[in-house]
Amino acid sequence: MTPRNLREVVIESLVRAAGYSAVVFVGLIFFFLLREGLPGFAEVSLPALFGSRWYPTEGHYGLLPLIGGSLVVTLGAAAIAVPFGLATAIFISEIAPRWAREILKPLVEILGGLPSVVLGFLGVLVLAPFMRVLLNLPTGLTAFTGSVLLAGMAIPTLVSVAEDALDAVPRNYRDAAVALGASEWQTIWRVTLPAARSGVLTAVMLGIGRAIGETMTVMMVTGNAARLPTTPNSLFLPIRTMTATIAAEMGEVANGSTHYHVLFVIGIVLFVISFIVNLAAGAVVFRRPKRAERVLS
Amino acid sequence: MVATPKIVIDRLSIQYDDGTESLRDVSIEILANEVTVLFGPAGGGKSTLLRALNRLTDLVPRTHITGRILLDGEDVLADGVDVVRLRRRVGMVFAQPIPLPMSVRQNVIYGLELAGEKRKSRLDEAMEQGLRAAALWDEVKDRLHDPASALSGGQQQRLCLARVLALEPEVILLDEPTSGLDPISTGKVEASLQDLKQAYTVVIVPHSIQQAARIADRAAFFLQGELIEYASGKTIFTAPKDKRTEDYVTGRFG
Amino acid sequence: MSRQATQRLMFAVITVAAITTVTPIILVVGYIFWQGAPAVSIDFLSTGPREGMRAGGIFPAIVGTLLLTLGTGVIAVPLGIAAAIYLSEYAGDNRATRLIRLAIINLAGIPSVVYGLFGLGLFVLFLRFGTSILAGSLTLAIMTLPVIISTAEEAIRAVPQSFRVVSVSLGGTKWQTIRRVVLPQALPGILTGVILGLERAAGETAPILFTVAAFFLPRLPHSVFDQTMALPYHLFVISTQVPGMPIHIQYGTALVLLTFVLSMNVIATFVRSYYRRRRQW
Repeated sequence: MTPRNLREVVIESLVRAAGYSAVVFVGLIFFFLLREGLPGFAEVSLPALFGSRWYPTEGHYGLLPLIGGSLVVTLGAAAIAVPFGLATAIFISEIAPRWAREILKPLVEILGGLPSVVLGFLGVLVLAPFMRVLLNLPTGLTAFTGSVLLAGMAIPTLVSVAEDALDAVPRNYRDAAVALGASEWQTIWRVTLPAARSGVLTAVMLGIGRAIGETMTVMMVTGNAARLPTTPNSLFLPIRTMTATIAAEMGEVANGSTHYHVLFVIGIVLFVISFIVNLAAGAVVFRRPKRAERVLS
Repeated sequence: MVATPKIVIDRLSIQYDDGTESLRDVSIEILANEVTVLFGPAGGGKSTLLRALNRLTDLVPRTHITGRILLDGEDVLADGVDVVRLRRRVGMVFAQPIPLPMSVRQNVIYGLELAGEKRKSRLDEAMEQGLRAAALWDEVKDRLHDPASALSGGQQQRLCLARVLALEPEVILLDEPTSGLDPISTGKVEASLQDLKQAYTVVIVPHSIQQAARIADRAAFFLQGELIEYASGKTIFTAPKDKRTEDYVTGRFG
Repeated sequence: MSRQATQRLMFAVITVAAITTVTPIILVVGYIFWQGAPAVSIDFLSTGPREGMRAGGIFPAIVGTLLLTLGTGVIAVPLGIAAAIYLSEYAGDNRATRLIRLAIINLAGIPSVVYGLFGLGLFVLFLRFGTSILAGSLTLAIMTLPVIISTAEEAIRAVPQSFRVVSVSLGGTKWQTIRRVVLPQALPGILTGVILGLERAAGETAPILFTVAAFFLPRLPHSVFDQTMALPYHLFVISTQVPGMPIHIQYGTALVLLTFVLSMNVIATFVRSYYRRRRQW
């Protein structure tokens, strides 16, 4: 083999290894979550894990309040982020004049770049007290405050993926609709949005996926009360999410204890949820491996 | 005396995975120091044949090639062939001028640098030689460090030719090299071909029948992947044997 | 309602919604600058915290975040670009490639706190790196990888195919073609992706909670096996864990973190638009 060929082969092997490293990392992540988490299933019975009390100090490791907490905050965030995010995407892609687009797009990117701890910080100092007064609550550290901030974290992902999907709708679809006498709004509502629906759906899923996994913001502003949300007004009470539980308690548990193992069990649950959400979104992304893939993060 | 052919194409067929066939059982002998023209209607397989000659067909996945292409008696399609060396011996100019995104000078010495040439004197010498042979030297000698994209279309195409010539190849392949050029630039390129054949073997896909007739020493007419007729330029454009060739060169179809 | 009226109403609703969405962004950034600016001084930036963090500056946290960002880059940038080169230039369209893409998508979606758990399990405990800059950088690097791979791949794919064909036709090998033509042309796009990826790493808290971050360590780290303070975690600590924390120090810290992150964002935007105007294709 000539030196030149040898170099080509070596380089190809190196970059291939780098490519496969992504698979290795996903495998390692799953393996180490299982390694540290599986003992938790042995130490706490499955029914106990599905219990409704999370009091680790008294040996109650029921995950339902945490799963419920994540669900409430995420649904609340989705209820805010989806309409506002889609409206912003439609505005940027279909309605806004060029100058407005040039201002809005970087602004949305800035929102995407804000560290979650900064949003949480403002949530504690500004938004929570404001909510308390506005809604006349005993505390502003509630699921709802978390939802508002999480919506802010989900919106950049949602906007940029949805906008990409709207942009990808061929120009002549719109021209045809307008030629048939449709108004601009009818064109958007009846032609462009339906044509972009799979991309828009991906955007919504990725946005929600982002919200479920968010940690610092929710830990700082939702009050961290591990209580099973059973009534509609739970949205305006303190709750505790899965992510916040891991972040808040991992620093204080003894390595190898039951509590430690159960925190990894929560990690497994989060991993599986994100896997499913991204698999579903990925089914669409595979067809258009563009912005969606990049913004997935 | 019968000249030994520079290139012998022996029962060459090219097929793609999707079943489409690009070339079917083509055999031609190409002589050195001649301009050999491959012509015919679009989709006839001329460009594919050209690309097979220096194995650019390797870049298209799932291409199946059978037959042989002998360059000085060696099969270029064989497994162990050093394709990098082959491509330096058999240079290619494309239909659109594609200057690489670097300076005029860097474009011309690109191939040599890849081949490992580091001596500046040698590089400068080859660059001037290439640019002169492509009739571009006088126009660009004061702007060697400008981006190549700043040249006019005609200059860019001659730059692409110079880039190939700087490698001192044995065979030059040209795929409709004048399709993007105005008549004056086209004339310059055609004129330089006549000089080039003194030193090289030239195989060209022309961009019109008129051009084919002007430059061909020898011409091959392709129709839907098949070689219909191969003869001297004079014969094929004045007294073609095959009815289909005649119809095409007289403009009755295509 | 007439078509025109419907359209006017809907456009108004959408416009108001869009403005409602972006206005808070300006307010948030503006408010932090307004509240935080008075606290930021040379002293604040160049000295360590004193009196249980209730006085003094945030120098160790700034250095820590710089080190972590650097460490993340050193690991993730070569790996990410190499993976992007593989996917765009070498990988065939087959099941193995789809598996890699699936893995990248999933890496991108894994919650940051789960990265923290993983880093704790693998780097801190199993490999015995301890709570250290090394463990934190590795964790952040793996989290950043999908961002870098995806943007770099997109940038590499955007380089016209014709350049590759020309380079190969001039006797270039695959790698020579990539290194001398493809990568230089893709560089601005790759750089943008790298900066955006590192921006995210610099602002993250959850992955460093159990892998590197020190609650209070008013000195600089001695080696990669040392812990360090970091701006995001420090902001979390002083805004929720320390009673009686002076408000201006909190806002000052938030401002420094925000400036750090946003300036990376601005640089990325600048690189992108500058090279887009200059490129020759």
